[in-house]
Amino acid sequence: MLKIGVDVGSTTLKCVVLDESDRIVYKEYNRHYSMIVEKTAELLERVRDMFPGDREMGLAVSGSAGMGMAERVGLSFVQEVYATRIAVKRAVPEADAVIELGGEDAKILFLKGGLEVRMNGSCAGGTGAFIDQMATLLALSPSDMNEYAKKYEKIYTIASRCGVFAKSDVQPLLNQGAKKEDISASIFAAVVNQTIAGLAQGREIGGTVVYLGGPLTFMDQLRAAFDRQLGLEGICPENSLYFVAMGAALSPTVKAVDLAATVENVKKHSSTGEYRSCPPLFRDEAEYEVFRARHGAAAIPMTDNPDPKEAYLGVDAGSTTLKAVVLDENGDIIHADYMPNSGNPIPLLRDFLMKFHEKYPRVKIRASASTGYGEEITKNAFGFDMGLVETMAHFTAAKKFDPDVDFIIDIGGQDIKCFKIRGGAIDNIFLNEACSSGCGSFLQTFAGALGYSISEFAQKGIMADKPVDLGSRCTVFMNSSVKQAQKDGAGIENISAGLSISVVKNAIYKVIRAVNADSLGKNIVVQGGTFLNDAVLRAFEMELGREVVRPNIAGLMGAYGAALYAKANAPETSTTITPEGLWDFKHEISSVTCNGCTNHCRLTVNSFGGGRRFIAGNRCEKPLKTKNSGEKLDLFEYNRSLLAAYGPKDGSRGTIGIPMGLNMWELYPFWHTFFTNLGFKVVPSPSSDRSLYLSGQHTIPSDTVCFPAKLVHGHIDALLNMGVDAIFYPCMSYNFDEGLSSNHYNCPVVAYYPEVIRANVTNMGKTRFIYDYVGLHRPRDFVKSVHKILLREFGDFSLKEVRRAADAAYAEYRAHMGRIAAKGQEFLKLARERKMPVIVLCGRPYHLDPEVSHGIDKLICDLGAAVITEDSVSPLVEPFETHVLNQWTYHARLYAAAKWAAEQGNDVNVVQLVSFGCGVDAITGDEVRRITEEKGKIYTQIKIDEITNLGTVKIRLRSLFAALR
Amino acid sequence: MERTLFTKEMKDAGYTILIPDMCHIHFKIIKEIMHNYGYNAEILYNTGQGVVDEGLKHVHNDTCYPALLVIGQMIDALKSGKYDIHKVALLLPQTGGGCRASNYISLLRKALTAMDWGFIPIISLNFSGLEKSPGFKLTVPFIRQLLAAVVYGDLLMLLDNQVKPYEINRGDSAACVEMWVERLGRTFRENKGLSARERRAALKAIVDSFARIPMKKEKKIKVGIVGEIYVKYAPLGNNNLEDFLYEQGCEVMLGGLIDFALYCTDTPIDTINIYGGNALLKDGYRLAESYLSSLKDEMIEAVKQNSDFTPPSSFKHLKSKADGVIGTGCKMGEGWLLTAEIMELVELGYSNVICAQPFGCLPNHIVGKGMIHKIKGIAPSANIVPIDYDPGATRVNQENRIKLMLAVAQEELDGDGGDKIYDESKSGIGSEKLVMSNE
Repeated sequence: MLKIGVDVGSTTLKCVVLDESDRIVYKEYNRHYSMIVEKTAELLERVRDMFPGDREMGLAVSGSAGMGMAERVGLSFVQEVYATRIAVKRAVPEADAVIELGGEDAKILFLKGGLEVRMNGSCAGGTGAFIDQMATLLALSPSDMNEYAKKYEKIYTIASRCGVFAKSDVQPLLNQGAKKEDISASIFAAVVNQTIAGLAQGREIGGTVVYLGGPLTFMDQLRAAFDRQLGLEGICPENSLYFVAMGAALSPTVKAVDLAATVENVKKHSSTGEYRSCPPLFRDEAEYEVFRARHGAAAIPMTDNPDPKEAYLGVDAGSTTLKAVVLDENGDIIHADYMPNSGNPIPLLRDFLMKFHEKYPRVKIRASASTGYGEEITKNAFGFDMGLVETMAHFTAAKKFDPDVDFIIDIGGQDIKCFKIRGGAIDNIFLNEACSSGCGSFLQTFAGALGYSISEFAQKGIMADKPVDLGSRCTVFMNSSVKQAQKDGAGIENISAGLSISVVKNAIYKVIRAVNADSLGKNIVVQGGTFLNDAVLRAFEMELGREVVRPNIAGLMGAYGAALYAKANAPETSTTITPEGLWDFKHEISSVTCNGCTNHCRLTVNSFGGGRRFIAGNRCEKPLKTKNSGEKLDLFEYNRSLLAAYGPKDGSRGTIGIPMGLNMWELYPFWHTFFTNLGFKVVPSPSSDRSLYLSGQHTIPSDTVCFPAKLVHGHIDALLNMGVDAIFYPCMSYNFDEGLSSNHYNCPVVAYYPEVIRANVTNMGKTRFIYDYVGLHRPRDFVKSVHKILLREFGDFSLKEVRRAADAAYAEYRAHMGRIAAKGQEFLKLARERKMPVIVLCGRPYHLDPEVSHGIDKLICDLGAAVITEDSVSPLVEPFETHVLNQWTYHARLYAAAKWAAEQGNDVNVVQLVSFGCGVDAITGDEVRRITEEKGKIYTQIKIDEITNLGTVKIRLRSLFAALR
Repeated sequence: MERTLFTKEMKDAGYTILIPDMCHIHFKIIKEIMHNYGYNAEILYNTGQGVVDEGLKHVHNDTCYPALLVIGQMIDALKSGKYDIHKVALLLPQTGGGCRASNYISLLRKALTAMDWGFIPIISLNFSGLEKSPGFKLTVPFIRQLLAAVVYGDLLMLLDNQVKPYEINRGDSAACVEMWVERLGRTFRENKGLSARERRAALKAIVDSFARIPMKKEKKIKVGIVGEIYVKYAPLGNNNLEDFLYEQGCEVMLGGLIDFALYCTDTPIDTINIYGGNALLKDGYRLAESYLSSLKDEMIEAVKQNSDFTPPSSFKHLKSKADGVIGTGCKMGEGWLLTAEIMELVELGYSNVICAQPFGCLPNHIVGKGMIHKIKGIAPSANIVPIDYDPGATRVNQENRIKLMLAVAQEELDGDGGDKIYDESKSGIGSEKLVMSNE
């Protein structure tokens, strides 16, 4: 009997037919464009016609999108990883491990030495879809990307957790002019890191490794990237696309069916129409017409002024699009364009300017301004007079449409920006965090995947009768929600409408977190290219239950605002590039490594001719040599210098290594003093950097834990390599009681991470790992319990000497904290003398690690402010009532610092650092915001993760400073 | 924020006290006890997108899924018009541990304030003196009845799980559960059933009535469920996980609610042992623990003596299963209990384990996902799959993962797998217990 194996993946449909001796007699591979049932029926029909003699055939279905169909039609189903395993066992019996990347799944199978199967978690974005998304961003086809990657010279760090993160790394690289060759290879490296970090979870991948699935079959550079990282040469067997289908056909669950009858049966089941749905966007065409007429009214004149006297240029170089506007002396738009930036805005902008000068050869540009991601590069390239932060540009533009505007929401290609206006100033800014994007480019990628342009795709949803309810989560989740909806028979119209609705819900509930429409504002202006889609606009109005203003130039608002700003602030003479200059314009890119400090940033140097240059990729201002690097008031830096001063002293009793992660950033002075006094040599693990993190990532068991915790694995690995006698990293349920809270816990991760290290780092070698439960909050009990630990681990210690060491350690800890508080006051005084704004950068001790906070402290200083820390001011505050259960020591400091800052003058403001994945900060963030806003101050929160790009952070901070002015 | 207290007057006025469902069986009995003590309690069973949407609107979306669900469920219920919002109170348990779950009450209060419903009183059910409600008094007899209900609930859940997959007449087991919930409720209303003798008799009678249900002899995949307490038990939290497993032809085992109560009395003792503290306090907790332990032991005995069903192990034994895996000082969230439960399940023959957790659950990074590697080193037969639950996670993804685990389990059950590496001898599981016989 012939056996058919069908593999219904998230994007493709694969099928094999095996004969009696399990040889492949037929195979095919097709995209299913979400018409799973129909395509499967067609496929089976083809097989039937191909083998007319075989009425009865074995059949089994596999694949993530095949489960629902198999259930409904009553076909036999095989879980896909299991199917893979069956096929590999047969085809590559010597295989030790399998790495399989699919449209949205990533899997590793360990076959030898303990069968284990790992699939990507629900947060770890799909890989095939991820590569597609990145390719779209680069304006390449995936196969072009593979070609480009062959010629790479260097690898950039790209956060690999999910597409959204990676995008915010790739986009700036593009804007800075990094080469597509390098970016392509870096994306592949990111996929490799993601797979290993997310799935290997402590198991070494070695021996014979088999690569399966579409991306690994089609892209040899992706395989090469895996080979490089794993240090081996994996094999990509024949029919690597068909292993799941083969496994299905080979599985014992294969069921004999009458194929003709089955085809009919499958056909009957196409589209059940049973999925969760939202109300339709419009009841009928008439309602849509009324809607269109209403929004048609919000228009700024776009004139063809035949003889303008003056011209003002505004440029908004966004993440995926470039917008440019020229105004005449009346403020009317005489020339404008909205174009996809294809990764490099420079040549497009040059064309735009050339065209403008052709159209109006006699008009000179009186002033110019740029904004957006590409503000700096475009400003430098074309000699624009000024730059301004995007939020200001949008506000300036929105005021033209509604002088009373009190809320602006801009959904762009890859970010959502919302802000409230109070008293004529930007008051409260919401930017989408890295996890909640799902913006315009998401719609675009989806449209592309289904074979449409974005406007076509969005328009399809207008008259959808039952839009799919996709919830309000991040891109990756939406991908699988869509998969589910497809499974349940949702058509393209309803998916399109559903995606528009989910973009809106995402903005309202994830980014703004509004409880109701009134909390947003009364006069709402919406803008950004995404709102040009009527479906999105309608969904927004429906969700809010309120009519909003969409300007006719919704996509150009940033550029329009910049032009208005340029007009209002026009200089005596403009430095804007002349038409002659445009003819001579050049753009050359080279990369160099900066040796200014130990960061060794990879710099991209753009030269534009005429001595104009732009350097990107730097983490500090050093390579730019523009600003004098005078003394900065940075308490983060001071705190780090304090810790660095605790150097190792020789000791006779051996070497103790302390991993510099999590709470050790605060307790190092304590443990250093304690063990040094006892006669140990105490050494910290080296400074965190990317390679230290990567060296430990294969032992991380939970890929959704916060980045500071993941980093600990690298520190442990480093200490093991240093060959210390013992690593001391105790579990601590409790922290010091600072009298600010009802209890004084550590968070569960800080408290018990040593347990995770013990359970997952298996190669400790001769190094002892001491991770006992210890409490510093009860000094007398501490001495007794630590004495027992020392006796057990190292033999003879008298209780007396332990007590003496402990006394010294407590004293040192107090002195250390005192130094921080005193320096904080000193900086505050200096800042006030110098009339500098002061930022209380609130976080946790481990945010001091520059690899965790990515130099945000320095960035704030570069923007001209002083930085002090939450623990430097929290001792100044009396205990007070909070609205949340206040029982964690570190978090109590946040509330206290917020209260202190709220009671200071306008020069002191809070910026809270929140690590992505920190569950407790979901609570502290809201409470710190409440305390801050209660006193009429602006709350700013910055979410940090592995990401290394500071673009968004800068927008936030610049907007904050702009609002304070 | 003003705290609206639940007063004696409110109790007397017959305020409806809304309690979000968690353990189906237990909470039904508990409701009866509350009535017995003059509290007009009602368990919330409302589900659906409305609940999730209210949660998303009113709770920070990065907060744990259970907070989002229970608060969403309450707001959804309050908005439904079924209740006079001026004559209603809300009850939530609060442990005061180092897990952010201790903050559910604050989050609920914040949500109510945002709705201008700050006048609705919230009752914190806690044993650590966190928040007090003058109208809600946990008296000793009240607590004793509650604890007895927990044990009865655990037993009914245990037996139902072991009978339902094998019952010959579909529905027998469910009917038996219904019958006992009703009968126990009546006993409590009559203030009976509290002496040890009466309790033992009731436990025996329960076991007997389940043992009489005719069952097929069949080998089924045995799956254990551990996890964050809400997601572990509540069908709303885990997308009806138990039903799904039942439909897939599995037998399910869950650790009892009494173990969580025991864990809560046990951790303060360890805390004092580790960090020092008041010895008298320790004795108090010891007393409570030994009482709870004896309740659980009675239940275990009833199962052992009157049937072939698999009883859970004693709390002492359960705790010993954490040895060598995780320190018992690990006490936030489910702490060491979760890890120990996995070990216990493997020992009892339920080596396929689902670790159900809210997405980003802090303690489970440690005690769940963090320990899997180590557990597999000790018990290689353990077939563990962590499943994340949150408003965005789709069923298809979760079920796909579970099906993968079941495929491996099925292979194990069929004894197929030439290159299979499970070391039976190490895990100490015999397969003869797979067949239930209770004719």
